[in-house]
Amino acid sequence: MSPELLSWMSPELLNWVVIPAVKTAVILAIVLTIVAYATLLERKVLAYIQARVGPNRAGPKAILQPLADGFKLMSKEDLVPDGAMRFLHLLAPILIMVPALAIFAFIPMGDTTTLFGLLEEPVPIFVADLNVAVLFVIGFAGLGLYGVVLGGWASNSKYSLLGALRSAAQIVSYEVPQALALIGVLVLAGSMSLVRIVEAQREMGVWFAFPGFLAFFIYFVCGVAETNRNPFDLPECESELVNGYFTEYSGVKFALFYMAEYANILVVSCLSTILFLGGWLPPFPSLAVWQHLPSLPLFWFLAKVFVFIFFYIWVRATFPRYRFDQLMGLMWKWMLPLALANLILLALVKLWLLK
Amino acid sequence: MSQNPPAGNPPAPAAVKKPGQPEWQDAAANPRAAALKAAFGGRVLDAKTYAGELTVWVEGAAVAEICARLKAEGYTYLVDIAGIHQPKVADKPFALSYLLHHWDTNGRLRLKVEFADGVEVPTVTGVWKTANWMEREAWDLLGIRFAGHPDLERILTWEGFNGHPLRKEFPIEGIDTGAAIYPDTYPEGGGPVKPKETPHA
Amino acid sequence: MLDIQELEINMGPQHPATHGVLRIILKLDGEKIVGARPVIGYLHRGTEKIFESQTYSGNVPHTDRLDYTAAATSNHAYCGAVEKLLGIEVPRRARVVRVILDELQRIASHLIWLGTHALDIGAMTPFFYNFREREYILDLFEEFCGARLTLHCMKVGGVYDDLPPGWIEKLQRFIEVFDKAVWDYEDLLTGNRIWKQRTIGVGVISPEEAIDWGLTGPPLRGSGVKWDVRRALPYEIYPELEFDIPVGRNGDTYDRYLVRMEEMRQSSRILKQCIQKLEPGDVVAKGVRVLRPKPAEVYFSVEAPKGELGYHILSDGTDKPHRVKVRPPCFVNLQVLPALVKGHLVADVVAVIGTLDIVLGEIDR
Repeated sequence: MSPELLSWMSPELLNWVVIPAVKTAVILAIVLTIVAYATLLERKVLAYIQARVGPNRAGPKAILQPLADGFKLMSKEDLVPDGAMRFLHLLAPILIMVPALAIFAFIPMGDTTTLFGLLEEPVPIFVADLNVAVLFVIGFAGLGLYGVVLGGWASNSKYSLLGALRSAAQIVSYEVPQALALIGVLVLAGSMSLVRIVEAQREMGVWFAFPGFLAFFIYFVCGVAETNRNPFDLPECESELVNGYFTEYSGVKFALFYMAEYANILVVSCLSTILFLGGWLPPFPSLAVWQHLPSLPLFWFLAKVFVFIFFYIWVRATFPRYRFDQLMGLMWKWMLPLALANLILLALVKLWLLK
Repeated sequence: MSQNPPAGNPPAPAAVKKPGQPEWQDAAANPRAAALKAAFGGRVLDAKTYAGELTVWVEGAAVAEICARLKAEGYTYLVDIAGIHQPKVADKPFALSYLLHHWDTNGRLRLKVEFADGVEVPTVTGVWKTANWMEREAWDLLGIRFAGHPDLERILTWEGFNGHPLRKEFPIEGIDTGAAIYPDTYPEGGGPVKPKETPHA
Repeated sequence: MLDIQELEINMGPQHPATHGVLRIILKLDGEKIVGARPVIGYLHRGTEKIFESQTYSGNVPHTDRLDYTAAATSNHAYCGAVEKLLGIEVPRRARVVRVILDELQRIASHLIWLGTHALDIGAMTPFFYNFREREYILDLFEEFCGARLTLHCMKVGGVYDDLPPGWIEKLQRFIEVFDKAVWDYEDLLTGNRIWKQRTIGVGVISPEEAIDWGLTGPPLRGSGVKWDVRRALPYEIYPELEFDIPVGRNGDTYDRYLVRMEEMRQSSRILKQCIQKLEPGDVVAKGVRVLRPKPAEVYFSVEAPKGELGYHILSDGTDKPHRVKVRPPCFVNLQVLPALVKGHLVADVVAVIGTLDIVLGEIDR
């Protein structure tokens, strides 16, 4: 692509519309592909942990399995239960999917790229570098709750309703310690921009996971709760509430809920990577050896993300499920004091050690 | 079967001990039966043993009282209540078998009650909690009513089921339950199942 | 909807955690259970009625279909009752083979219990580990009698056939594998904090209450009552065998879990002894052809994996029983469910259903 090709466009149009649109499309494509293959990864990893084979029919190494799943779900009849609120019933899966995807606008998967020299000027690998990105991310993640609650409410099913209630109880439990853990990171980095947070880790030469190991742990645990996964999969736990808030969904709407779960896992993994594991930076970024090697930002970023996704699957395969009063007890009685203590600790670290 | 050894091997039976069916034996002398007889007099009707199992026949109206006493004596575990339909016994076509277990001696005792159709037997739910479902089952399957049962409803068949399946007159093919799934087999308005017309005849 | 004080929900008959077609009408205050009423009968097939229309031998396959996760003990209880009725002496080798089958069946049944119980509480992986070992047992059954689930492996007077050649070696290999595998399950669950939080103090029942409710099997022993039909009313060769009866202390779900885990180890211990006690001989009593007992009434029970399984048979002089009453342990054990879950949360209902280890085939008959 040469600049002449795009010269008919005004620089405003180019910088404010065309380039973001292209980036959005590319990032959406990447994210949705990762989400689709995360389902396959989960099924395969779970299968190997559980001494079975897992999917192995659709294509070589089941590489077409996500496609097959998608086609199957899209060809299914879209059932709406009798007495359901049709509009809210339709709105819920959209409300849960859109915020999950919108967060990726702020997630830097690397600093800049020239697409292997194709572009003359390096282009940043993110749609927007917002100076209050962390706030946005927390807010959007909280929006997903509306999808869950509305879905459970609109379905006109008692199991769905119970799932929605549990979800509401869960979110008030995990959001507080989670946000407090993030504040610790903000204290260390001195900025709310996700790009700045990664840059701060480069400048300090250390991943925030080391000084902020408590915050990291709290964020990881709360992330499991945020994604409604075992051992905190109370809103959708199959053995009690059939499928919780999306019991009454089928077809494409079900697929949206299902994909939203993996999109949320991806969000939480990306955020953990950025906030605690140095984003696209290599391990120990201050080491001299990295000067002589290609920087490979996307490789480091995705490698860390997949380690996280693997952890989520591993946790799911290992633990039983908490009861919802036990979850609230855990979050309020243990995680919240821990998060507060961690905040003070990180402030002291920032004050004395890293200055 | 002991009476008819197989014809094929005539020399063998001498060596093998013949399996013989046990006989009913009078057990009036059995201490447990005698104690019951002494306590309840004419309301304890008979006592026999078969294959080592003691069965005591008692009057239907006294069964709850006797059970309460036996429980106090250590029969704290009610193993089972079996309802029985015996239409050949003209005046007492229904029977109940209570099997009781003594925790200390591991001894078992069967109380047998025989009564006419429509007679209510006093419930033993007040004696053992476990009797609740057992009595419901006897009501459901045999139509035996229990006086004083807190929740005498059908348990294995559904509410509104017409009939008591374990009664001998109930056809084994089933009855028309109102759910006319196969109208050519199950006649409208109930009644026994029509013989199936074999299409390949 | 906002005005509803008590939410009434139908758990089942189609529900992932009710182990078949159990239906429980739950009255909820929020998530707290105010009342529970089990509704059963969705799997009622009139087995006791069918028993009355078949010959004594012809009834054995129907006993498979009662507790379909433990067909061998079901066969055993029925055949034992008919043998008691007729005074049939079972040859010694058949007795040992029956005990082997019973104990294998006990392990298989407990493995299903553990897998589904853990799955209900959210631990997914033990299920697959358990089924891996259960597969060995089913293979052994298949080689012995051709069937894997509905075994029909015993007949009145003994067992159908002698053990196939090489079977005992395979059994020994299974025992070796299994003794290690039990520890794998325990590693996943016994010390797990979440597992303990979900099971300790849930569904507590005192020994006196347990006896009053007629509980048998692990639910009774979990409350600390050392009672097992194999010891209390011994049958076959159990008096010669050395095994312990594990008991719990608190009568909660966790204790019942520990009791069953230990029972699996004890079963494996019994199997080892049985292999030593196998001597050549007949496997079926001679002279058992047409069974036409004189009028009589007997009751015979065995220790099934779920508790005391008894058959109550009345004969009337014909070749068909007059009445066969099954005493299914699950039917009696399930009755206690409302008392166990009251005041707990919805999540505990599935834990309690799991810990009672019910099979609807046996409850509904």
